[in-house]
Amino acid sequence: MKIEVLGTGCAKCKLLAERAEEAAQALGLPYTLVKVTEYPDIVARGVMTTPGLVVDGVVKSQGHVPTAAAIQQLLR
Amino acid sequence: MTGESYGCGCTAPTPAPAPGFWRSGGWLLAALPAWFALYLTLKPMADWLAFHALGLKVGSRLGEAVAFFVYDGPKVLLLLGLVVLGVSFVQTFISPERTRDLLAKRTGAWSNLLASLLGIATPFCSCSAVPLFIGFVRVGVPLGATFSFLISAPMVNEVALFLLLSLFGWRIALLYAATGVAIAFVSGWIIGKLRMERHLEPWVMEIPFEASVADGRSMGFSERLDLAVQATRDILVKVWLYVLAGIAVGAFLHGYVPAELLARFMGKSAWWSVPLAVIIGVPLYANAAGIIPIVQVLLAKGAALGTALAFMMAVAGLSLPETVILRKVLRPMLIATFLGVVTVGIVIVGYLFNLVM
Repeated sequence: MKIEVLGTGCAKCKLLAERAEEAAQALGLPYTLVKVTEYPDIVARGVMTTPGLVVDGVVKSQGHVPTAAAIQQLLR
Repeated sequence: MTGESYGCGCTAPTPAPAPGFWRSGGWLLAALPAWFALYLTLKPMADWLAFHALGLKVGSRLGEAVAFFVYDGPKVLLLLGLVVLGVSFVQTFISPERTRDLLAKRTGAWSNLLASLLGIATPFCSCSAVPLFIGFVRVGVPLGATFSFLISAPMVNEVALFLLLSLFGWRIALLYAATGVAIAFVSGWIIGKLRMERHLEPWVMEIPFEASVADGRSMGFSERLDLAVQATRDILVKVWLYVLAGIAVGAFLHGYVPAELLARFMGKSAWWSVPLAVIIGVPLYANAAGIIPIVQVLLAKGAALGTALAFMMAVAGLSLPETVILRKVLRPMLIATFLGVVTVGIVIVGYLFNLVM
């Protein structure tokens, strides 16, 4: 599973990355986590508001940090 | 840098709430009556604190100032919390993606008007300005309408309007909202008429782009409430000190410093005060909560209303960090036009207020 966290490095982007990592570990899924920080790369994934969460190429959330429970559901 | 904006996706982290009944919003049922009880006891509590606990004299300058502060400070924070919670909840239904799709079908002046109005309600963070700008332009939102949105969103927002309403009354709040929207509308319309599409950085139109779908997944009530609580907490943590400082300064200086102090520099008679206030305000960057207390002091010290509002609009609406960020997508010519048109708009509004009020 490839998890991408989109954002230029603000506090919420870091929080999202942490929560996504915890959620993936809690589910026991193999994953790689990539932080996408450059505007062209963010835009290419179709995200307008950061932070964004992309799992295996699909945009799962944008503009806010979902709760830990919600992220687990998004990763399933 | 620009993540300082409140209501923005870039603020402090918040822990996950407890599970079960409380988790699904049940706490709100308990919290609302408690909120009202607290609100109703504020006045007697403030009087008791100032005149009994602290032993200040009723009717004395200091006593009245302290009573005003210990009443007004908590009152504004309580009201702000409730309003922001409500607005944040409603905003979970309004996504920038939906706003974008509404605007993509419009052309002409209507698109500018709609964009200016949607800018009030749509949650917006200046740290997302670049991807948002590209997302708008690439799905076919007119350039002018995109600017109308970008001008209105930071300038006219729920916290600014609420603070104006509670500190200055509905007339000034309404005046600020109407003129903010008018500036966004006209400025965007002018930028659209100038046909400046070729002044975008080339990569904006060239890079591979895929339009995201508005709200890929629907959220439940409890999740929306979670997000609203999170947003409210973030905003309150960020602004409470500014709000209290503003009210404190307002409460004390009001009685102790001569009101004519600023009249000579920022009063109606000084014709150059409006452009000067705007020129000072444009490079400054602060959110509405930080600037409104300052405006309150300016007004109390004899500044003209138009001058004070123009200063506030310049600080909230235009900022150096946002301009630096937008430079990634806009060429200098378009940046200059954007800054120029909005600055002139704010100056005109400032003069208009000074003339009318």
